[in-house]
Amino acid sequence: MTVWNWLAVGGAAVLALVLVAEIRRRAATGPTGRRFFRHPSAAPALFVLAFFVTVALAAPLVTPYRPYFQIDITRLANHAPSEQNPLGTDPFGRDVWSRLVYGARISLGIGALAMLVAVTTGVVVGGVAGYFRRWVDATLMRLVDVGLAMPRMFMLLMVVALWEHVPLAVLVLLIGLTGWFGTSRLVRAEVLSVREREFVAAARALGAEPARVIFRHVLPNAAAPIIVSAALGIGNVMLLEAGLSFLGMGVPSPAPSWGNMIADCWQKMAVAPWCATFPGLAISLVVMALNAVGDALRDALDPRKEVV
Amino acid sequence: MAAWLVRRLAASIAIVWAVVTLTFIIVHLAHGSPCGQPDGRPVSPEVCLDLTRRFGLDQPIWIQYVKYLTALLRGDLGESLALHRPVADALAEALPNTFTLALTALMLDFALGLALGIYQAARERRFGDIALGNAALFVNSMPTFWLGLVLLLVFGERLHWFPVGGPRDLVRCPRVDSLLCFGDFLWHLTLPALTLGLVGAAATARYQRAALLEVIRQDYVRTARAKGLPERRVLMVHALRNALLPLVTLFGLTFPFLLTGAVLVETVFAWPGMGRLAVTAILQRDYPIVTAASLVASVMVVLGNLLADALYGVADPRIRVRAS
Repeated sequence: MTVWNWLAVGGAAVLALVLVAEIRRRAATGPTGRRFFRHPSAAPALFVLAFFVTVALAAPLVTPYRPYFQIDITRLANHAPSEQNPLGTDPFGRDVWSRLVYGARISLGIGALAMLVAVTTGVVVGGVAGYFRRWVDATLMRLVDVGLAMPRMFMLLMVVALWEHVPLAVLVLLIGLTGWFGTSRLVRAEVLSVREREFVAAARALGAEPARVIFRHVLPNAAAPIIVSAALGIGNVMLLEAGLSFLGMGVPSPAPSWGNMIADCWQKMAVAPWCATFPGLAISLVVMALNAVGDALRDALDPRKEVV
Repeated sequence: MAAWLVRRLAASIAIVWAVVTLTFIIVHLAHGSPCGQPDGRPVSPEVCLDLTRRFGLDQPIWIQYVKYLTALLRGDLGESLALHRPVADALAEALPNTFTLALTALMLDFALGLALGIYQAARERRFGDIALGNAALFVNSMPTFWLGLVLLLVFGERLHWFPVGGPRDLVRCPRVDSLLCFGDFLWHLTLPALTLGLVGAAATARYQRAALLEVIRQDYVRTARAKGLPERRVLMVHALRNALLPLVTLFGLTFPFLLTGAVLVETVFAWPGMGRLAVTAILQRDYPIVTAASLVASVMVVLGNLLADALYGVADPRIRVRAS
């Protein structure tokens, strides 16, 4: 690590702090934002997320090496954390800090994208089922029942292992498409109650198409559970990706993800504990921050709390 | 009640059938054949053809599917391609290991989670509650297998308090047939069960705290307090009984999680259960075992939900009335 790298890390931390402070200032104007920040862990959790995202975006500035670079290729030794390698090196002689930062791009990216796929699918299916009811609802909800009973980990492992060389984009799609069942149930329940309100009848009376009624009038009023399940969903996807990569079926090896970093290191856990410990800590920290934000959002968006 | 049960059972069977069909399709649509050595050397074409024919893999997929389903109805899960033994035997060997692990973890989960949740609710917003709440959130956010690795490193490798893997000491205890060997088994069970149990307990504690806090605000609890009952009795008898309901639902949800979540933990601790069997089978393209494993997993999910609904009725008379 050079002085410049350290300065860049410090800069990222300051930037994250400024970002959180700015969000907090803007949020303070509305009751929902104030309720969100009243949650004691909301601000620290946002800071953790902002810091990891900033560092991941500025990866070339904050890391001394490329993620694939083998520093000491002749000896391939595990170096303990030192001034040069702040988090040590892995069994292939690569700098753990550099891989952790570049891995954040992949792990956070997969988390966000797969969640987007899952939530979009869940919202569309839940919205359609709740709005049309009758046989559409019955068919879609039976599908959801099957999806929820499906052993997700097994299925993903099967597809990845049997189809060999699954590209990252397909992996993201697969994780997303096996993760929308819970969301669609939540959305359906919400839509069932919103669709009976007067403004929906008014929109229909004015001759709006079903798609317009669903997306413009019903879903925006059912947003609270969607937002919360999205926040919690990213964390779940990250844990799933870590598990798949750990079994060697997620992100293929030379590319760093937090899961396959643990996979590369766990056999050497006894002699080089740093190399599997730090990626695991990073996952736990980010998922914890996401869960805390999800909790705070749930409290903030809960209309029952407005009275208090 | 009976009609409800029949309807639920029929729906459950349909769900399991759908999952099995889906698995069957995924497995059989994949490229490649199950011929091949574990070390990657090619098998001679004659042997491969012979094997393919013996297991009926040369027939069209729908014939294989019909055959599989009719055999399944007779309770025949088929023959493993890689292990050269009936699938049922392999399952019978692996399932008890997974059940022991899952049930021990479940007991830990609920005992610890309940105790922590009650403690936190009793000290709401004081230091103990906040510290434990954050600790629980952190544990709940860990990748389970990583927690396993850390426990293994600290208590197995460094402190040598617990063994580093496997279900028993193969030299001293090839079979669990004496008290000493039972102790040895428990000793091996501790770390994997603790790993699964801790992660579960963190979630249970969060649920339990929230449920208890909801109940504590109700009027009848205030009445109990106003009667001058000791706080302990108010909390443990009056409030807790009604706060246990969400736990029943959680039980139904946790049960399948412990079985499938065990996939990774079993790999870390070299525990010869369902998870490891399934992962190995997937890697070896052992179709019958893969399909059977996903059958077992979906049965567990469905059973968990059914059990939760039934227990819910037992625990809460209001729901029983509405159902009948």
